[in-house]
Order: sequence, then C-alpha cells, then structure tokens
Amino acid sequence: MFKRSYALLALLVIAGMALAACGPAASAFECTDALGCVTVGPGEPIHLAYAMVISGADETLGVDSRNGVEVAISQKGQVLGHDIQLTGEDEGCSAEGGQAAGTKLAADPTIVAVFGTSCSSAARVAVPLLSQAGFAIISASNTAPDLTEAGNENNHPGYLRTAHNDEIQGAAAAQFAFEELGVTQAATIHDGSLYAEKLQEVFATTFEEMGGTITTTEAVDPNGTDFKGALTSIAATEPEFIYMPIFVNAGSLITRQAKEVPGLEEVRLMGADGMFSPDLVEGAGDAVEGLFLSSPDLASFGPEYQSTFLPKYEEMFGTEPISVFHAHGYDAANMVFAAIEQVAVQDPDGTLHIPRQALRDALYATKDFKGLTGNLTCTPTGDCADPKIAVYESHPGQFPPDRIWP
Amino acid sequence: MLRNWTQRVTLTDIIVWALGILILIGVIWGSIVTLNTGKYSTSTWIDLTITGLALGGVYALIALGYTLVYGILRMINFAHSEVFMSGPFTATFAAQALIALGWWNTYPILSLVIVMLVSAAVSASIAILLERIAYRPLRHAPRLVPLITAIGASFFLQYTFRGLYGSGLKPFPDMEIFSGFWLIGTVRIFKTQAVAILGAFIMMLVLYTIVQRTKIGKAMRSVSEDKEVAALMGINVDRVITTTFALGGISAGIAGILYLLLFPVAHFFMGFFPGLKAFTAAVLGGIGNVPGAFLGAMVLGLLESVGPSLFLDGLGIPAPNQLKDAIAFTILVFILIFRPSGLLGERLTQAKA
Repeated sequence: MFKRSYALLALLVIAGMALAACGPAASAFECTDALGCVTVGPGEPIHLAYAMVISGADETLGVDSRNGVEVAISQKGQVLGHDIQLTGEDEGCSAEGGQAAGTKLAADPTIVAVFGTSCSSAARVAVPLLSQAGFAIISASNTAPDLTEAGNENNHPGYLRTAHNDEIQGAAAAQFAFEELGVTQAATIHDGSLYAEKLQEVFATTFEEMGGTITTTEAVDPNGTDFKGALTSIAATEPEFIYMPIFVNAGSLITRQAKEVPGLEEVRLMGADGMFSPDLVEGAGDAVEGLFLSSPDLASFGPEYQSTFLPKYEEMFGTEPISVFHAHGYDAANMVFAAIEQVAVQDPDGTLHIPRQALRDALYATKDFKGLTGNLTCTPTGDCADPKIAVYESHPGQFPPDRIWP
Repeated sequence: MLRNWTQRVTLTDIIVWALGILILIGVIWGSIVTLNTGKYSTSTWIDLTITGLALGGVYALIALGYTLVYGILRMINFAHSEVFMSGPFTATFAAQALIALGWWNTYPILSLVIVMLVSAAVSASIAILLERIAYRPLRHAPRLVPLITAIGASFFLQYTFRGLYGSGLKPFPDMEIFSGFWLIGTVRIFKTQAVAILGAFIMMLVLYTIVQRTKIGKAMRSVSEDKEVAALMGINVDRVITTTFALGGISAGIAGILYLLLFPVAHFFMGFFPGLKAFTAAVLGGIGNVPGAFLGAMVLGLLESVGPSLFLDGLGIPAPNQLKDAIAFTILVFILIFRPSGLLGERLTQAKA
C-alpha cells in the first residue's frame, strides 16, 4: 500500500517537472516588462478588482462607483476575446479598512488593475500596497489633492483618478459662498479624514484670498452622534455660513443639530460630494431644507449619459444612481479596457500577456479620451478628470437635489 | 513613621499622583481661563449641561444592563451594545408602519408607547436568547470563556442585522409634539431632551424599586450574593438570571427609543459607541451598583458635553470637540486611580470575585 502511493507520488513529481520544463517552451512570448506580466490563459477571464466602501454609512459612495464599473463591463462584454471578472474588497472608508483591503488584493497576482479606493483616507494606506504589487490603480472618487501632487509622499506610481481634484471642488465652493451667496464670515468643520481636512483647507484658503474671513475650524468625530458642543463653539464665533465637507453619518446629524443651536438657526450649511446621497436626505429629515452640496456637475455629462448609461444602470440595479461617482467608475473601467487592448500581447492559442509597467504607461498617456464625464487627459501624476463642479440645494424627501449653480 | 511611609510609597505611586495633580491643574486652569474670556454665555453653558444630562440618561439605561448582569454573573456582557441596537433598529420599522396607519402624529403618545414596547420587547427577547444560547451552557466555564463568547455574539448580532436590513441609515421619523423647545425663563430645554432625561429617570426608579423592593429583586440580590446558597434556599437561579437579562434588555430597548428621539438615525453599528460609553459609565459608577451606573453615566455625559468647551477652550487647543472622548476617558482614568472600585463601588475588602 505504502509502496504504491510512493510510486504514484514519484510519478506525479516527474510529470510536474516535465510540464514545468516544457511550459515556457510552448509560449513564444518573453516578458521583459519591468514589473512583470499577467498571463491570462485561453478561456480564462481578465481579473480586475475593486477596493471601495460597500458597507456602513458611506456605502452609497462605493456601491455607486462599483455599479458604474459593472455597467462598463457589461457593455464591453469581452476584451480581446476574454471575459472580464470583477472581484473586490470593502475598504470601509477608513485607513484600517484600506489597509485590510490593500493587503488582501496585493496578495493576488492575477489582478491586472484595481478600481478604488472610494475614500482618500483609505487610499493613503491602500494605494502604496497596491502600487508595490504592480497593479494599475484607478480611483473613481478619491479627491484629496496630495494623492496626485508631484513629489508628495502620498503620490504613488501606477495611481490615477477620474474624479476631480479637490483643489477645484474647494475653490468652487468658496467662489459660490463668496460671490453667489455674498457671505464673508464662514466656519468650517472636518472629521479628521484626509478628504475632509484637505477640502476645508482649500475652501478656507480660497475664501480668505477672495476677502472672506474664516471664523473658526472645528473637527468632529465621524462616528459621533452629539455635535452640539462643536456647533456651540462655532456659534460663538458668529459665522454666516458653515462649510462641512464630511460624510453622510455625521453630516446628517450635524444638519439636524445645527437647527437646534442658538445662533445657527439661520446659518446656511454646505457639504460636498461625500454627503451627496439619498441616505443624507433620509437621515437629516426636514432639517435638510436649504443644505447646499457641491458635486460633479451631472448636467454637464455627455449625451450618452442620458441615452445609454442611465437606462442600462437602472436595468441592471433597479434604481437611479445613488451617489455621484458612477460615471467616473464607468470611465475608469473603459480607460483600463482601452489600455489593455493597446498593450496586451496575444498568443495564437488565445493566451493573453499583459505587461504591467506598459499598462501603467498607457494609462498615464491617456489623451482626449471621450468619457461620460468629459474629455479625459491624464497628467503625469495621474489626474485624469475633466472637472466640472456644480452646487445643488437640498429639499426634504428629494433626491437628487436641485442644481442651482453655476 | 517617616521611614514606614517611604517604604510603602513606590515610584509608581508618585508618578500616578503627579499625573493626577497635573490633570487637575490642567482642568482647573483651563476652566478658569475659559470662564474669564466669556466666549460662552450662561445660557450656552446651561444648554450644554442639559445636552450632557440627556446623553447621560441614555447611557445610564444602557449601563444598567451591564451592571445588573455583572452583579449576578460576574461577567461583562459585551453583546449588550447589540441588545441596545436591535430594539430601536426594529422600532424604526414599527414607526414607519405607524406613519402608514396615520397614527404617528394623530396619537403621538400612543405611538411612542407602541414603539417603546416594540423596542423593549425585541431587546429583551434578544437578551434572553443570548443568555439561553450563548451564556448558559458556559456558566461553569472559566471566566474568560463567556467574555469571548460575548464578543462573538456581538459580532454575530451586528452582522445579522446588517444582512437582514442592510447597512444604510434608517431614519426615525420626527414627532410633531416633541419638536421645538420649552422656554423656562431664559433657559431652553428641547422637548426631546426633556423626554430623554425624564424617561431615563423614571425607568431608573422603576428598576431600582424592582431590585430593592420586590420578591424577584430580593431573589436577584441573593443570587448575586451566592448562587449555590440561593439555589439551596429554593430560588430558581436560572429564572432569576433570565429575568435579569430581560430587565437589562427592556431598559436598553427604552434607552434605544430615547436615543432615537435625540439622534434620529438608526444603523446596524449604532450600538457600538453608546455601548462602550455605557460600559465605561458602569465602571465609573462602580460596576454591579445600580445607583452607581446612573451617577457614572451622568458624569460621563456631562464631561463629554461640557468638558471640551470648559477645559480645553481656555488652554487654547484648536477644535477641542474632537477630543471629547479623550477628556471623558482621561477623567475616567483619573477617578479610577483614586477610587479603583468606582464612585459608588463597594470596597473590595472581601473580594467577591
């Protein structure tokens, strides 16, 4: 009995060695790419992954972008005769979640490109891991400026984004407040996240350059529930306007509680794209009336957005888009498809070789790419967006809110 | 005498005392400077105090669940935060149903009672099931085992609710009769806050009476004293323990509705932080002690709400409100250094544990 199993084992080992020996010989392709190549066998799918927030209070942000990617995959069907497989991890919109998602994805060498992250805080820790693993990383909703700032320690090779840079969103919000509303005294609130802190910083700088005054900057706990203390401190500085580019959970509670703090009843509040969600309208109830939100200008999207994308989205997911970065996800996916088609080497038997560095280079070289969100051209540090920001005004029970500016 | 003293005092003691004195000086200095600058008016301070009391009331009702169970089983029921979450989470659906019926604003008090009953019933059932399934089989296991089980049960419940109802926010509808505030002189009290403080206080009295004045309360106290002897005296220990969990669940369910009146958004993770705070409050007041849980919760609520503005503003620390938990927990450490068994805790001369 023992002998027979040993014989079997020996046979298997020999067979394995023989296979290994003739493996490379069967393929004429030799990978010379600096980061190596991904080999996709005949009939196997091309493996793409996402790292987005798909649970918790901010889930609409990530789920919406993922839906955008899935619409693109479904429309595309196949790339060079291969199906596309999408798997993913939840980055939880936090540094810890980003760490976990980044580590898991980085361990899978079959992944070609990663869509994500959703939140800049997660990007800060996940992107270095994914970049190290050789993937192309393309985010549909990271907006923190330092992620694509040349020379910044948070800018990593292989990272690109189709979302706008917050240098633009923050400045647009400041312009809206100062020029359109005519306020000169503003307070800001952030939640310690990379996204919120940078965005309010850009707002504050621009607002002060225009001649306004920032009365105070408060920070709150994104998981907190009682913000009266912070709002009372703000009320003591008598602002006319509060800019709070935070997320849904804290955002909806602050919107409610601001109405209950003496001195803030009439003060106008403004959030940013991180709060652009039906959950906010539900969570804030009647207090949402008059809340301003800045976000990518959905009205500026190309005609295919209305005619092709939206019907397809509704057909696949049974709902209208639930946040604002679905079209950015769609564009990101199509950019990756185009880049793969450009650089992949195909064997006669259908085996596909995708060189990693070449794929990154092709993505960075994207020029005048006709996407839903505009004509995308990537900078050498990965900013690909053709950004147009609009301001929306919220009303109870209504989503999406009314576009009012510009 | 002096030699005796130097022998007893260790370096650690000196460091701990120095730390305590430093914190005390910081607190006093910060408060004096803040009050001197006059940045906040008297009515602001009263506002913050009332907010703190309302928050404290909710913490108190959750803390009761920890303290009752600890009193009887000497175990920390870490799944209690999910007992707290399950009731109000389910009650948001009941509230939607009441709105659909048109009762919500026509019979507001009745509606509030109904959602409270739903919430209390769900929380109590979850607590009883938890005890029956997760804790009773392990009652004679080493003490760490039920503790770990509790953490597991906590995750299980959280993700079950997430799986069943999704991870989005579930709004709790506003009640017209509780919107706005009462003006007493120049002091504004929001009606929701008044209801929360009052509700917590009444609930507290009811529970205290049950524990101190009724037959089942007497049984609970005797089981807490000594399980074996209580059993020999003819007390059905299992039933007493189940009742204890049920009481903790009911008070958590009521706390959940009061919490939703204050912060009207429910989600599957809503139990975690209030649960942690309430546990802290129970320890602060002296775990196992019912009035202690109430006192500890009020102190914690006040520290969180008044603390950042009072202590830190004066020290010139920017954006002090994000540090409210740091303040609350620093003071907690400070108090436990000098009173390790909590504010009203029994002196551990004859260790029960």
